[in-house]
Formats: sequence, structure tokens, C-alpha cells
Amino acid sequence: MGSFPNIQSNLGDYVEMFVDFLDEGLEGLFDLIFFISSRTINGIEAFLNFLPWWLFIILIILVGWYFKSIGSGLLYGLFMFLVGTFGLWDEMMMTISIVVSAVLICLVLGIPLGVYMAFSKGFSTVMRPILDAMQTMPSFVYLIPAIFFFGLGNVSAIFATLIYALPPVIRLTELAIRGVDEEVIESAQSFGSSRWQMLMKVQLPQALPTIMAGVNQTTMMALAMVVIASMVGAQGLGEQVLISINRIDIALGFEAGISIVFLAIIIDRVTNGVADRFQKHRRAK
Amino acid sequence: MAENKIKIDHVSKIFGPKPKTIAPMIKEGKSKDEILAETGHTVGVYDASMEINEGEVFVIMGLSGSGKSTLIRCFNLLNKPTDGAIYVDGENIVEYKTPQLKKFRQDKIAMVFQHFGLFNHRTILGNVEYGLEIKNMSKEERQKIAQENIELVGLKGYEDKYPDELSGGMQQRVGLARALANDPDILLMDEPFSALDPLIRRDMQLELLDIQERLKKTIVFITHDVNEAFKIGDRVAVMKDGKVVQVGTPESILEAPANDYISDFIKDIDRSKVFQAEHVMIKPNALVSLKDGLNVAVKEMQQNGISSVFVVDRGRHLKGIVTIDAAIEGIKQKKSLEDVVDTDVTTVAKEDYINDIIPKALESKFPLAVTNKEDKLEGFILRVHVLSGLVADDIEESKEYHGYYQATNNQTIEDIEK
Ligand SMILES: Nc1ncnc2c1ncn2[C@@H]1O[C@H](COP(=O)(O)OP(=O)(O)OP(=O)(O)O)[C@@H](O)[C@H]1O
Ligand SMILES: [Mg+2]
Repeated sequence: MGSFPNIQSNLGDYVEMFVDFLDEGLEGLFDLIFFISSRTINGIEAFLNFLPWWLFIILIILVGWYFKSIGSGLLYGLFMFLVGTFGLWDEMMMTISIVVSAVLICLVLGIPLGVYMAFSKGFSTVMRPILDAMQTMPSFVYLIPAIFFFGLGNVSAIFATLIYALPPVIRLTELAIRGVDEEVIESAQSFGSSRWQMLMKVQLPQALPTIMAGVNQTTMMALAMVVIASMVGAQGLGEQVLISINRIDIALGFEAGISIVFLAIIIDRVTNGVADRFQKHRRAK
Repeated sequence: MAENKIKIDHVSKIFGPKPKTIAPMIKEGKSKDEILAETGHTVGVYDASMEINEGEVFVIMGLSGSGKSTLIRCFNLLNKPTDGAIYVDGENIVEYKTPQLKKFRQDKIAMVFQHFGLFNHRTILGNVEYGLEIKNMSKEERQKIAQENIELVGLKGYEDKYPDELSGGMQQRVGLARALANDPDILLMDEPFSALDPLIRRDMQLELLDIQERLKKTIVFITHDVNEAFKIGDRVAVMKDGKVVQVGTPESILEAPANDYISDFIKDIDRSKVFQAEHVMIKPNALVSLKDGLNVAVKEMQQNGISSVFVVDRGRHLKGIVTIDAAIEGIKQKKSLEDVVDTDVTTVAKEDYINDIIPKALESKFPLAVTNKEDKLEGFILRVHVLSGLVADDIEESKEYHGYYQATNNQTIEDIEK
């Protein structure tokens, strides 16, 4: 008989106990996270709904024009218009709110963490396996504690998205800060810069192009999470996909799906365009 | 202590896990290789001592890996010496705490880097004002100073460009302007021109000397190029395996290299660009004053066995030269010394390099007259002297030659001055 002997380790049970413990012990913290996340989403959504649809499309065209070209701008505008004709305009606004909130929170958390990892070898050693786990763990798994902490809804979606999308910006920030040319650091030092001046005036600006690449990846991953996140109650395009699966509604599924693709294209190209801007005056060594 | 700007006092820098524990081995006299073999530590600088004077260009040269960068980086504590003291204006900077060190770096010392070390996210103006910005100087004031320094290095009009839009030579000018903007007493330059191609490099060397002439900074300059070292250095230190093996003026090192390493190093040097007129000239053992007249001139020439003699006025300013033939002819025709003196004498300055003197020596029918800054006659140069300056092996002989003339000479000049 080749089957494994009956030894049970119950690791899962311990994790559950740990999550319980966290929920009780850190209630205040979770309330705070809930408060901040929901405020961010609501704020962004309110703003987007406040904009007339045509003004939003014009803004998208202008942004596309500024960072890429007039042709791209018009194409992006057309994409948005098409989503509107699918009857998914409000859902798209919701999705954008969730993604943008998740990305903002990722940056606020991720950049300082990445910087600290670049400065502290010890911290970096501790963080690496955690980041690996965050990225490789199937994303459905952390939907469960998300519901546990925040209940069904957009905040849980953001929490799950955070865990999945946070690693790239942290990693690339660390890489970027470590990668700043040694001589440039020394020249800043030789003028008597304080550590803070060094970070703000030299290291971060020098690292910015690489950090922007991290932002791009983080954004794309946040977008990739919208369907999965809808399983914990996120509204928007992801929810429509989920509904269409349940109803086997091919038409809706396609429309919602292609809308997500349109969003992905626009966000990817625009964040790339921003990164190129920063890169403009730096040739690769 | 007061007159030297920087004093390096038995400084050692050791790289490895426990450098402090290795320092005593240097005092015991163990070599760099022995220490590496026994402990795995690399000795970057091995018990170096030197003094650098205010306002001089001090060059440190040596082969790759000889510890030049390691040493110069001790001067602003980018490297902290493992052992020894560094005095700047009499203060041991090695003992500085963070705030003092920050202030020292902000006010007293600036560095120019081999690969420029520019901030490519800032414009040229932004780069040059950086040192002032971190001292919290007002925007208006610091931009004014930055602008002046950009103009000083000849980059007016490039303020809003980014470093990557400039050529290598221009980028290093930015590096220089950025260092000068802080108005430091001391300028550290670690192979600043090595990354530039030869023509640009020569321009930059001249420009540095030009700027130095105006600003009178104390400059510590690193190079592995002997010609560069001897061209711009007032004094030169030669390093080998982390040790300082010789310190001296370029001429003194050329004339008396301390060991084979240095002889080897300097064998390719273009001596004509190091030796100056004053190093090869001979002090005249006979001079004639205008008021002395022709008879005295003839007598002087006969006594000294020479065929021509320089004529000077009371202030020892050169009036011309008179040959024995012209003098005798003049006496016959009852002419005065003033009538027969030949003014077609080529003069060179004491500081002129032999390189520049060679063509003049070839063209002139008389010896070249060597004058000092006040235009007074200091000596003369024959073609044979020019040659002797170019050939290393002849140095010993030509020294004797100098000695011989000097012994008889000073006295003559003094006589005339009376
Ligand atoms: N950070 C460091 N860690 C370990 N060893 C070092 C370090 N910096 C320099 N060294 C060693 O110290 C010695 C002197 O190096 P240094 O860079 O000062 O030489 P250099 O004269 O400036 O050479 P180059 O002309 O190539 O710039 C070398 O053996 C080098 O390997
Ligand atoms: Mg070096």
C-alpha cells in the first residue's frame, strides 16, 4: 500500500486560530483599514460619477494624447464610448474606482516598504519569502480571511487585491533604490547631504523610472483581480462577468470581458507612457 | 601645522570583515601580500603620510589598484581610515561626528568624479545648485551662484539641458562647476579626465590650470597618466601597493626617481613638457653693463673665453648682445657699446617649457636669453642645454656643468648690480 500513513498536522487549523486571534486582537486596525479603503473608493467613485460621461471621454482622449499620441487618445476614447454602448458605464466607473483605490493604497504602503528593504538587509531577508508567498498563493485563498475581516463588499475586494498586487511595487522599489549608481550616491554624500535629502532628492528621483514599471505591473495585477474579487462582493465589471457565468449569458460575458480588456489596454499604455516620461533624460547605462 | 592645508598622518585603510584587528600588522611591517595571504584582508592604503600645501595642485599617481582612490576618498571620509589621522586646517577630521562631517563636506571640500556622478534627473542648473540647495540657501541666491559657475566653466546657455544631452567633456565641466559652486577650499578630483578622449582631456587640463590660477584652491588630483600628473602637478606623490613611495616636484622626481618602479613609470614621459627654461639655463658668468663700454666687454670675453656677451642696463634688463668681432671693430671705429650692440636676441621666460623653446633655439644665431617676470636677465640657453634637458641619462653630467658655472657666476652678477 502506497498511501501516506495517518499522521495529521492540522496546519490549517492553526492558521484559522491565528486568523481568529488577529480578528479579535487587531479589530481597531481592521476598522481603520475598512474606513480608509471605503472612504477612498467612495471618494473616487463620487468624483467619477460627478463627471459627465462626455467630459470623462474627452479627459481620456487628452491623457492618451499627452502620454502617447493623438491617435491613441482617440482610440481610448472610442473604447470608453463602446463600453457605454454596452450599458456598462456605471459598472466601469465602479471598477475604475476599486482599481485606482487599490493601486493608491499599494503605492502608499509599497514604496516605503521597498525603500526600507533597500536600506535594511535584515528586513529585506524577512520580507522576501512573504512577498513570494503573496504572489504565488492562489488568490482565492485570501478571499476567505478578507470576508472574515471585512465582510462581503468592495473593501474585501480591495484587501484581496492588495495582497496580490502589492509585491511588484515593493520589489521594484527595492531594486530601483539599490540600483542607483554608486558614484551618484557618493557625489550626493560628498556634498554633505543628510540621509533624508539623499533619499528625497537623489535616490527616489533616480529610482523613479523603475518604480513606475512597478506601478504599471501593480495596476495590471489589480485589474486582473477584478473578476476574482467580485466573488467577495466587489461590484463593477467583474460582478457582471460573474453573473454572466452563473446565467451562462454569453452576450453579457463577452461585453463585460471586452470592457475589462479595454480598461487594461488603456491603463497599461498610459502608465507606460508616464514611465517613459520619467525615463526621457536617462539613457540606459 | 598651520601652513599645510592637509596633513595625512600614517593613514591606513584596510578592507575586510575585521579591519581594526589587522592594523597592528602594518605597524609590525608585514607586507600587503602577507596580510592578504594570512588574513584575507585587502590593504587599500598602507601607512601613507604626506602634507599638502594651501593653494597647490597636488597630484597622486600610481598604477591601477595602487590605492589612489581609496586614499583620496579618505580626504572627505567617503572612506573612513582604519588607522591614522587626517588634519585639515589643523583639525583631525577622522574624529568628526556626523554634524561636523556634514558641515565639513558642505563648506570645505568638494569632489569631482571619474564618471562625473551627475544627477541625470536634474538639469545642468539643478546639478550645479545641488550643493547649495542642501545647505538651504534661498533659490534666488543659489541659482545666481550656480549660474556664475556654469559660466566659469564655459557652459553658458546649457543651463536647462539634462546631463545626457551633453558630451563627456561638457559633463565633466558640469561636475567641476558643481564642485566649485560650493566655494570649497579643497577640490578632490579622482581621475576626472580619464573618461575623456585625448584632445578634450588636454583642453580640460589647461582649463583646470586656468581656473586654478584665478581661484587658488587646494587641489588633490588623481591620475594614472604620468604626463598629466607632471603637466598639472605642483607636486606629485607616487603610490604603489597602497604605499606612498615618493613625493616631490615633477622635476625632482624626474631627476632622482626613488626606485625602479618610479623610473619605469616615468620612462615614457615627454621631458620637454616637464622641464622649463630655468632647469636647463646657465647663469651667465659674464655680463656687461651699457655704461661699461666696449673695452670692458672685450676684456670680459677674453677672460672668460667666450665669443659674445649679453649687455644689460643697471636694472639687469636685457639690452642686447655684443660679439667679440663687433666689439673689436667698434673700438677701431671709435664707436660706443650702444652703437654696436645687437638687439636681435631671442628671449624666453624662465617658465617656458623646453618643448616651446626648441624651435627658438634652432632659429636663433645667439644663445637664448632667459628672463624672469620682471624682465631681468636670469640666464642663457645654448642648443646643447636644450638637448641635455631632453635626455635623462645626461642629467648627472649637466648638473656638474651647472655647478661649474654657478660657482664662478653669482659673483659677476652681483658686481654688476652694484
Ligand atoms: N570597497 C572595497 N572593498 C574591498 N577592497 C577594495 C575596496 N575598494 C578598493 N579595494 C581594494 O583596494 C586596492 C586599491 O584600490 P583603489 O581603487 O584605491 O585603486 P586605484 O589606485 O584607485 O586604482 P584605479 O586606477 O584602478 O582606480 C585594490 O586592491 C582594491 O581591490
Ligand atoms: Mg581609482
